[in-house]
Amino acid sequence: MNEPLIRISKRDGISKPKAWGIRGLALLFSLILSAVVIFAIVKLNPLKVYVSMALGAFGTGKRIWITLRDTMILTCIAVGLAPAFKMRFWNIGAEGQMLVGGIATAFFMIKFAGKMPAFLLFLCMIVTALLFGGIWGLIPGFFKAKWNANETLFTLMMNYIAIQLTSFCVSKWENPIGSNTVGIINPSTKIGWIGDFLNSDNPVHYNNDFLWTILIVVLLAALMYCYLRYTKHGYEISVVGDSENTARYAGIRVNRVYIRTMALSGALCGFAGFLAVSAVSHTISTSTANGRGFTAIIVAWLAKMNPFVMILISVLLTFLDKGAIQIASDFGLNEYASEIISGIVLFFILGSEFFINYKVKLRGHKEG
Amino acid sequence: MSGILSFLSSFPTLLHSAIIFGTVIMFGSLGEILTEKSGHLNLGVPGIMYLGGIAGLAGTFMYENVYCANAGITPNAVLCVIICLVCTFLAAALGGLIYAFLTISLRTNQNVTGLTLTIFGSGVGNFFGGSLNKLAGGVGQVNVKVTSETFRAYSSGLVTKLDALTGKVQLGTLLFSYGFLTYVAIVFAILLWYFLTKTRTGLCLRAVGENTATADAAGINVTKYKYLATCVGAGISGLGGTYYVMNYIRGTWENQGTIEALGWLAVALVIFATWKPIRSIWGAYLFGVLYWAYNYIPGLQRSSIELFKMLPYVVTLLILIIVSLRRKPEDQPPASLGLAYFREER
Repeated sequence: MNEPLIRISKRDGISKPKAWGIRGLALLFSLILSAVVIFAIVKLNPLKVYVSMALGAFGTGKRIWITLRDTMILTCIAVGLAPAFKMRFWNIGAEGQMLVGGIATAFFMIKFAGKMPAFLLFLCMIVTALLFGGIWGLIPGFFKAKWNANETLFTLMMNYIAIQLTSFCVSKWENPIGSNTVGIINPSTKIGWIGDFLNSDNPVHYNNDFLWTILIVVLLAALMYCYLRYTKHGYEISVVGDSENTARYAGIRVNRVYIRTMALSGALCGFAGFLAVSAVSHTISTSTANGRGFTAIIVAWLAKMNPFVMILISVLLTFLDKGAIQIASDFGLNEYASEIISGIVLFFILGSEFFINYKVKLRGHKEG
Repeated sequence: MSGILSFLSSFPTLLHSAIIFGTVIMFGSLGEILTEKSGHLNLGVPGIMYLGGIAGLAGTFMYENVYCANAGITPNAVLCVIICLVCTFLAAALGGLIYAFLTISLRTNQNVTGLTLTIFGSGVGNFFGGSLNKLAGGVGQVNVKVTSETFRAYSSGLVTKLDALTGKVQLGTLLFSYGFLTYVAIVFAILLWYFLTKTRTGLCLRAVGENTATADAAGINVTKYKYLATCVGAGISGLGGTYYVMNYIRGTWENQGTIEALGWLAVALVIFATWKPIRSIWGAYLFGVLYWAYNYIPGLQRSSIELFKMLPYVVTLLILIIVSLRRKPEDQPPASLGLAYFREER
């Protein structure tokens, strides 16, 4: 019988530098392909385009801050998704969990501004954002645990319910009336803006909002790393993820782990919604999440649920996003170029995992 | 009481817009059903619909507004439609091929790959859609008149005659006032049902989706089936994008993310129809009715309208819960949906 043209076999293991080399190569190829695509469409020197992208993301102090802040919001969602994914629970609902967290935050900022002390206000904002997000995650967790309802599809539907809920709240809270937007909440008093609460006498306002976002999310990432690695809960999550039957045999109450972990996952995504409203946009709209709930899924997966790697991947994606917006304005393209480039880069990085996990041999190649 | 009466009297008009709305997602869901029957959950449907929609629009734009306008000839309507459909199918199937290559040959995670395809597709769609608008002179300016009119053409003689006969019910408008793709969708649904339940190839495909290893052992070429199901499925889903562009917004382009929302609704419809093509016909129209119902209920405030728009998703959730509660084997998703297959692994 003929030997097949290519033979694929699983690798026993791969050294870390080699694995990262493959990933780096994939990234390089994807950037080259993107450059070819850019050149084919607009006939611009791709190198110039990449320089312009870099300037767009890191060109000025403020741009660096913005890039870092947006990286951290994306990381925060991915960190929230990590425990669910580790459990092999496909939480596609980060978008919705983030939005309900944002709704809770905006509610307190609008309705209770000046009616309670700042400390209490922030406590309410954070607790309700966690609670709302948690409930939004708990519902699919519950139905998965009880009746094995498909979680991918369940959480996907919950997103759209959350989006309509947001539209509902926007039309209730619109300001000015008839604009169908909420507008910047408390623009003069800045009540409920996180940077304002933590350091009210600093004149350079955005640095505070930004700094706190970054610090909080890095802390969260570290905590999540420890939670998954060193706690009993984290252990249970990974056993359930590897094999539900093993977990049951080992006496782990699988249903409880499902519900608890999804509540946690949803709560953290809700917290990302709190950050998006209180620290970034200071308003609420259906684009508060803006697809980041979906992007974060890719981030968490590519990082193999390691919170620190998530930061790296988030930086890359945010860089592509900011950079593409810059080239859009520099060269008169439209900003959707960013999604095309992100898509190409992600396809390559996803595909590269195959060459890390498997060996490919061509026909005629002697086995060593 | 008067509210109910006015709702009932406007029901034919509601149904009319529901059918146009429903056809978009019916195409999307039929393609996805075919794909999912091979065990692949493709969350790239919105992206694929974007790819299909923009390719169809760009293809006809090049023919109608560039080639014909420059040569000074009137565009041939039949050629317009053929160009549009071929471009749509090819672009969408190409999107499916990217997904297929990554998930089948490179065994990447299906959810993540699908979501990436959605990001990529919506980027391509909106990028070129925006550029086409710019070429045509500004936002909302691109307009492929001949093609769109051909897509929406129907026999007005038949419709007026039937309308006159049936009076208030307006059976003519209700049944025969749509472009031809509306009926093609129904035919596709029936063909898909026949294919999946009555043909040998269809049964083999389902075997692949239920238990890939067993199908492989039985001598079915698993990889071929998966590739074909994914690419053809994507091609069909892509038609939904073109139907939206040509029939729903009448041959133009808008960067509002509507196709993405409709794409997710198509994924929802697959669940609602419990993976049965015939059910997705009336399911699609029901989604349309639920989606547009707010327009026909008098005295709704804008805030309540937003709550009303939740209905299709809430209903889908209820179906999902009921299906998992009843555990009827014929209503379940394909058993290996979402799982990568590697022969040497058990």
